[in-house]
Amino acid sequence: MTDYGTWVYAVTAGAGTVPAGLAGVGGTRLRSVSNEGLVAVVSAVDLAEYGEEPLRRNLEDLDWLEATARAHHSVIDAVAQDGPTVPMQLATLYRSDERVAAMLGDKHEDFRAVLDRIRARVEWGVKIYLSAGEGEPAPAGGEGEPAGAGDGGNEGGGASRPGAAYLRRRRSELSAREQAHTAAAASAEEVHAELTALSVEARVHKPQHAQLTGRSEPMIFNGTYLVGEERTSEFTSAVDELAARHGGVRVELTGPWPPYSFTFPAEEEAEMGSVHR
Amino acid sequence: MTPEPGTGPPARAGYSQPATGSPAPQPAASPPGGRAAVRHQRVALVDLLDRVLASGVVVTGDVTLSIAEIDLVTISLRALVSSVREADLLPGLSGEGRDR
Repeated sequence: MTDYGTWVYAVTAGAGTVPAGLAGVGGTRLRSVSNEGLVAVVSAVDLAEYGEEPLRRNLEDLDWLEATARAHHSVIDAVAQDGPTVPMQLATLYRSDERVAAMLGDKHEDFRAVLDRIRARVEWGVKIYLSAGEGEPAPAGGEGEPAGAGDGGNEGGGASRPGAAYLRRRRSELSAREQAHTAAAASAEEVHAELTALSVEARVHKPQHAQLTGRSEPMIFNGTYLVGEERTSEFTSAVDELAARHGGVRVELTGPWPPYSFTFPAEEEAEMGSVHR
Repeated sequence: MTPEPGTGPPARAGYSQPATGSPAPQPAASPPGGRAAVRHQRVALVDLLDRVLASGVVVTGDVTLSIAEIDLVTISLRALVSSVREADLLPGLSGEGRDR
């Protein structure tokens, strides 16, 4: 006999309809559970695959994790098209629909508060990378310095003291790189300050690992912004304008997202490095 | 993933694009439905994992309290994410750093 749990995707207020033509994780059928005027979008999942122990194993399988995360997000995103939606973290599981209903009953005031905070607002992500090529030393001029970082070909004056020439080159490389990083950090601060001014709330996340971004340039900033929908044009134009102004960095915008990063109040996020107005 | 057909006005493309320095065409008050039209662009996995694993309402383990306390699965997903990422970086490394 199969044991099932109830996987929860999102909580919203309203009629309790589920998105049409969309399946949940593992192709499961979406349903809704209602209580106290709130609606949880759910599906029944086989605990042989989604129970605690199997989940631990499956979450380590990046293919399984990716498929599951995308399915989970697709449901949240579809629900969010129809109104303020509180996204649930991946793998929010209950023993039964009745337990979900009880949870909605217990927590309905908290959910209402979140729904009010996110109503007519969307999340944008802004990531900033050091630009490729920034931090390279300028081609050497004068003083017989070898150009670039060649390995000892035709340096002219540098050939007689290769060690000293090497050290000069390294210092110049390091100082160029430091300068580039310092300038990039200053750019990121300015971008963040200007975007925060256009936002209801802003949160700073850790930069992503290079191996996951697939980029060679380091990511120096990873921020999220909760912006009123009526300011969408203003915000996205500001991002474009800031990107043009700060040529030493590359600015990437993602969104609009359902408000994943803003579902609990900023005070509780203090240790996560949030910035808010 | 097959996108839902959109009925809203065309909106700024998908989920991810570099800021080009030129103003983006954008309808004045883009309603939530407007996004449906162009959600064909694939969300980057790393951006997605940042959100579904570390954000949202339920946060278990040693981070902050949640609105909804789950009663079936209590994995510290934040630690698990680290181990998943480490596994991606260093083949053979698994199961370290996880806690309940």
